[in-house]
Amino acid sequence: MTDLLLQFPLLAALLALVGMAAVFGALLGFAAVRFKTEGNPIADEINNILPQTQCGQCGYPGCRPYAEAIANGEDINKCPPGGEAGIQALADLLDVEPMPLDEEHGEESNAPAVAFIREDECIGCTKCIQACPIDAILGAAKQMHTVIASECTGCDLCVEPCPVDCIDMIYEKESMQNWHWRLPNPVSRQVEIIASDRPEESASGERAA
Amino acid sequence: MRKIFDFHGGIHPPENKQQSLRSRIAKAGIPPELIIPLSQHIGAPSHPVVSVGDRVLKGQVIAQALGFVSVPKHAPSSGIITAIEDRLIAHPSGLVAPCIVIATDGRDEWLTHQGYPNYTSLEKPELIELIRHAGIAGMGGAGFPSAVKLSVRDDITIDTLIVNGTECEPYITADDILMRERADQIIEGAKILHYLIEPGETVIGVEDNKPEGIAALRAAAKGTGIEVASFPTKYPSGGEKQLIEILTGKQVPSGGLPSDVGVVCQNLGSTVAIYEAIALGRPLISRITTVTGDAVREPQNFEVLIGTPMRYLLAKAGYQAEKNNRLIMGGPMMGFTVPDLNVPVVKTTNCLLAPTALELPAPPPAQACIRCGMCAEVCPASLLPQQLFWFAQGKELEKLEQHNLFDCIECGACSYACPSNIPLVQYYRASKAEILHQREEHEKSEHSRARFESRQQRLEQEDAEKEAKRAARKQAAEERARAGGRQGDDDPIQAAIERAQAKKAALQSDTGKGNELQKLEQAVVTIQKRVDTAQAKLKQAQAEGSDLVDALIAGLEKTRVKLEKAEQALQIFRASQPAAPTDTATVDAAQTAIRKAMTARQAEAEMSPEQRAKTNLTKLEQRLQKSREKLEQSRQTDQEDSIIEALESTVERLTAKVEAARQAMNTATDS
Repeated sequence: MTDLLLQFPLLAALLALVGMAAVFGALLGFAAVRFKTEGNPIADEINNILPQTQCGQCGYPGCRPYAEAIANGEDINKCPPGGEAGIQALADLLDVEPMPLDEEHGEESNAPAVAFIREDECIGCTKCIQACPIDAILGAAKQMHTVIASECTGCDLCVEPCPVDCIDMIYEKESMQNWHWRLPNPVSRQVEIIASDRPEESASGERAA
Repeated sequence: MRKIFDFHGGIHPPENKQQSLRSRIAKAGIPPELIIPLSQHIGAPSHPVVSVGDRVLKGQVIAQALGFVSVPKHAPSSGIITAIEDRLIAHPSGLVAPCIVIATDGRDEWLTHQGYPNYTSLEKPELIELIRHAGIAGMGGAGFPSAVKLSVRDDITIDTLIVNGTECEPYITADDILMRERADQIIEGAKILHYLIEPGETVIGVEDNKPEGIAALRAAAKGTGIEVASFPTKYPSGGEKQLIEILTGKQVPSGGLPSDVGVVCQNLGSTVAIYEAIALGRPLISRITTVTGDAVREPQNFEVLIGTPMRYLLAKAGYQAEKNNRLIMGGPMMGFTVPDLNVPVVKTTNCLLAPTALELPAPPPAQACIRCGMCAEVCPASLLPQQLFWFAQGKELEKLEQHNLFDCIECGACSYACPSNIPLVQYYRASKAEILHQREEHEKSEHSRARFESRQQRLEQEDAEKEAKRAARKQAAEERARAGGRQGDDDPIQAAIERAQAKKAALQSDTGKGNELQKLEQAVVTIQKRVDTAQAKLKQAQAEGSDLVDALIAGLEKTRVKLEKAEQALQIFRASQPAAPTDTATVDAAQTAIRKAMTARQAEAEMSPEQRAKTNLTKLEQRLQKSREKLEQSRQTDQEDSIIEALESTVERLTAKVEAARQAMNTATDS
């Protein structure tokens, strides 16, 4: 055997390569079975970025299905509640070019909204309860319903089914609780003159923002 | 002498403190109106416990704390509550917030209060409760409730208690004047804190630019074991973490609390407030505020009631509005512009700075960052401000966090040092807010996802249960069918067929006379019914102009013929049995009457409302006719009056009924 291999080095090399391929193949095959990940991890990561309003504006029944669709090559610009920031985050995650939000699926709204049921007009039909994707509406048949404001994601899916149109979307107003500092206006850094060249009056007369 | 450490960075801006130190603390007096915002501290706003029109006494609780991190509010002077409404408050947002407004009566009547000069007889939790009830929140700037800060966990040992008398920011002299004039109160307050916390040592840290204050404190502290440490002046050595490093050499870890390194820090003003609360029983209703700047004629320190409108306080110092370009609450480094002169002084208002445009010019336009690194050199938190600025511009929030943005104390040293005049702190504040906002959003979205998923799960479970029930029912039915096949008597369809057959057989076998009569009568009634339905149908068809009218008429004719035949048969049958026994006849008569009524009712039920109304009317008219005839008859035959009267009333009633029926018919026809 050894003689034969020594006589035909090509055969020896071939055998060695085949042998190594078999060993590594077996190793990889074992690893694939042993360390198999359940589900689709990329879809999970995408789902983490999506805003979880479960509004269905993307055309999928909830955020998770859209995340799975994105993982399978769907466009990343169909989520209005996530907005430009969401698209940017998805683009970073998937290493694709960010694209502008697809207006077809709705516009990005800046203020978060909460559904509000005008309770004396509610007839207790339970239609909104069935429509709410996160069980944020409380009520029973022929009893008044109400929205649990802290749970509401503002997806407005309950507005459409209401037969008496007693549900409003209330947009959050700016208050002491949600006020925060804004980034300085970038234009303030794009003045055309050199600051030290400015006449004294205008420097002192200008008021701070 | 204590070893003094140094911290990284820092700046030396012009101090401008001497202007407001020329005179002693002045009383600002009682303004005609006091505005007390419900939120003057970090944490939950307090909840009002008075209503409009109530008279309150000085020191009375007007708003209760809500939650652990919250403090109550007290009436700073006696007067009437005139409003609980949204007012502009001193906040950089310039937004309104709920406030309690008191119209003072000038009498300044105290609520009966009583202090505990002998506080060592009280339990510590009781003392902390007293401090909480006195509404004391950090008076240095942030306004963190002091009681929370003093509630140190049992498993943490505190080595050093620091009273922060640094007051490093330019212009402000509120703590300096306190040291000069009320050193004994500061020492008393420090003793209370010492008793509460039981630290290894108690140090009052003062910058060396307040020699008179230091001297006064040292004199007062003689023999108490409280150390008064002085150290070189540098901004921002008054920052909590910076002061701890100066005095102990320890650094508070990133994201940690001073108690992590065995230190508790209290503001000097708060220490005095704690003394007043414990020893004198006075809640926090006034504070020392520096009013300074070139736009006031007499810069000085005032003891001012919380809630005093700034306009009132400024007037006391000789405010010249025309010279002032913007009013700042706090110092020039960390203060913010006040939106309106009517906003009230709150627990954290340590200074009102009214500079002239020359004194504190508006910042020149920002220019590009030249990456000179001066900001990094002065940063007391050893951050890289230029990098943070870069990431803040690009909104790279993750990188900002990695570069420890949250260690930034927003002291403004970087902005001060920046040769390009970039408002760096504003970038950091905005980015911090954005990061916190995103965290909150993420938390909320996680929560909604959990709810969505549990809902999906619930729906699936419900479906599965329904499916299982259906399957169980199906199986049960199949089993029954199989069992029925074996025994032959359990199938409902089979049973029904059998029942029907039995009935038929019974009918056929029963040939009794009464039954024959019944059968015939039944036939008449059924055919009558068919005639009625046919008529109704015909009417409908005519109304609709259907093509089937002819066919229906023919059908109706046929049925009528059948009806006549049936009636004839019945009459023949009846005629053939004239000698039926009376009793059976009466029974039969009663039965027929019942049956008639039943058929009539059935027919009525089948009729349209219009028809029903019509028949009703006809019937009533007939009855009316009859009663009238009877009445006429009885009148002619001279019946008794009572009978005539009864008949008359009947006629009247019937007339009314007829009228009603007519109306009903009209409405039925209309509809």
